[in-house]
Amino acid sequence: MSVRVAFASRSSRVGMALCAVGIVALAAAPFWGGRDDLALLSEVYAYVALASLWNLLAGYAGLVSVGQQAYVGLGAYILFAFAILAGISPLWAIPLAGIIAAGVAIPVAMLVFRLRGHYFAIGTWIVAEVFRLLAAQISVLGGGSGISLPAGLIIAIAPSRQLRDFIEYWIALALVVVILALILLLLRSRYGLALKAIRDSELAATCNGVDVMRTKFLVYIVTAAGTAMVGALIFLQRLRTSPDAAFSVNDWTAFVIFIAVIGGLGRIEGPIIGTVIFFVLRQTLADLGTFYLLMLGVVAILVMLTAPKGIWGLVVDRLGWQVFPLERRVVLDERSAARAPMAATDGR
Amino acid sequence: MNVPILALDKISKRFGAIVVADRVDLALAEGESLGIIGPNGAGKTTLFGIMSGTVPPDSGRVLYAGRDITRMPPAQRCTMGIGRSFQIPLPFGGMSVFENLVVAAAFGAGQREHDAYERCMEILDQCGLADKANRSSRSLGLLDRKRLELARALATDPAVLLLDEVAGGLTEHECQALIELLRAVRRQGVSIIWIEHVVHALVASIDRLLVLHNGAFIAEGNPQAVIRSPQVAEIYMGIEADA
Repeated sequence: MSVRVAFASRSSRVGMALCAVGIVALAAAPFWGGRDDLALLSEVYAYVALASLWNLLAGYAGLVSVGQQAYVGLGAYILFAFAILAGISPLWAIPLAGIIAAGVAIPVAMLVFRLRGHYFAIGTWIVAEVFRLLAAQISVLGGGSGISLPAGLIIAIAPSRQLRDFIEYWIALALVVVILALILLLLRSRYGLALKAIRDSELAATCNGVDVMRTKFLVYIVTAAGTAMVGALIFLQRLRTSPDAAFSVNDWTAFVIFIAVIGGLGRIEGPIIGTVIFFVLRQTLADLGTFYLLMLGVVAILVMLTAPKGIWGLVVDRLGWQVFPLERRVVLDERSAARAPMAATDGR
Repeated sequence: MNVPILALDKISKRFGAIVVADRVDLALAEGESLGIIGPNGAGKTTLFGIMSGTVPPDSGRVLYAGRDITRMPPAQRCTMGIGRSFQIPLPFGGMSVFENLVVAAAFGAGQREHDAYERCMEILDQCGLADKANRSSRSLGLLDRKRLELARALATDPAVLLLDEVAGGLTEHECQALIELLRAVRRQGVSIIWIEHVVHALVASIDRLLVLHNGAFIAEGNPQAVIRSPQVAEIYMGIEADA
């Protein structure tokens, strides 16, 4: 007998079709949207990417880091350093930022992985603060007050401001699509099996042969690389970096955690839903000043009380939807329950 | 004499003031099926933790085919051949029943994922879960969760199978099916240690019975004889009628 296994379900086929349509529509945004729309959408993509990466880290691997701003800032500084000091095109500096961040993440992981639970969270935050303080010491990159990208380098990307906006927008979209696609492929692979097992029960995972520490280590390195590339792109669009902005725990970790938690941890769809909710709240409440942050807090508390697994977790529990084809489903054919001796008297 | 496939050598473990293992010795011969009974809190599950590597012993050694594995991490022990089921089922709740087994086969048995599919369905079939392969394991009832524990442990392709109360709550008919299944597993050469409160199921399928009480084995030998021994009657007052 042969066993046929498929990933897709009906909801995931619909989901992937909608995704494809969505990506095409968003790729055409320069033709239907204004400059402000492109800037807003780019920011949305950056947050989808950051939250998806944080979700991989915390939601799947159980590594609750509050120090991912270390890699956002690292990415930003690598891009500025290559561009200003070596004259390398900022666009090429983005993948370089990913590679270097992965290299930096290895010793950092060896350090913070010695800490468990809350201590790990605090440890990652401290590492990020150390990075921020170090960045402030680099006087050729503006020290504590930061630095702007020289006009010559910006013009080298594209001669007109409009074309530059388009290129940066498309890169932002491409980066989030690639990051999501890679996360999807990772989760479908052997490592994905291990990650989902760790997410559900670390004890059972380790007792079923999953090397939990090795898997976590790998995920930490991969997320660091992804986070740094997103960070590099964010600050390329801002044209200016400073230690406080690039290593901001508020912008790059607190909001990201809010997004991942209300969207639904441990689900690839969660951070996407969460980002949409976050930006809807921000755009509608931004005029209210401090009140906006209070509202974010209220929303977070309400979601945690009524849907602890986040909004997408609620959808999955109630409706069983999956947008992305992640679950291995056995295609049952002539197989019948009668062949199962223990099920015979089960009564269900 | 052959080297035992799994052995504990003077294992001690205490949680605060409570001694859960007091210089425990145990030897499981290859192909043997061993039962352990004992009152709640006697330290049975802790022994499984020590064997599978999730609980570090305070002193003593754990030996696998003569090799000292006391400090070996659980995942490595599993790939080497020690499969374990949990008394309180720990399914991978966000995954389907089938995927639960694929994890065990891919990592515990070290198989390539695609090569594992067939074996996984075979095991699900044996354990009576084939028709629930695509169900989310979180949605299973307690009985099915226990079956899944057994199925997942089998999918790791163990040489030593540690079963922690897999028969509790089964009907007589289901219990028979379980005993049959474990006989088939043994015929494949798997050695078994089985902790169980359902004594008649245990006695029907083991070679040797050990009684654990306050962290030490107080009786050992032929299952029927041990069950009738005065020590067991004393510990199990009222319960031994079950046998």
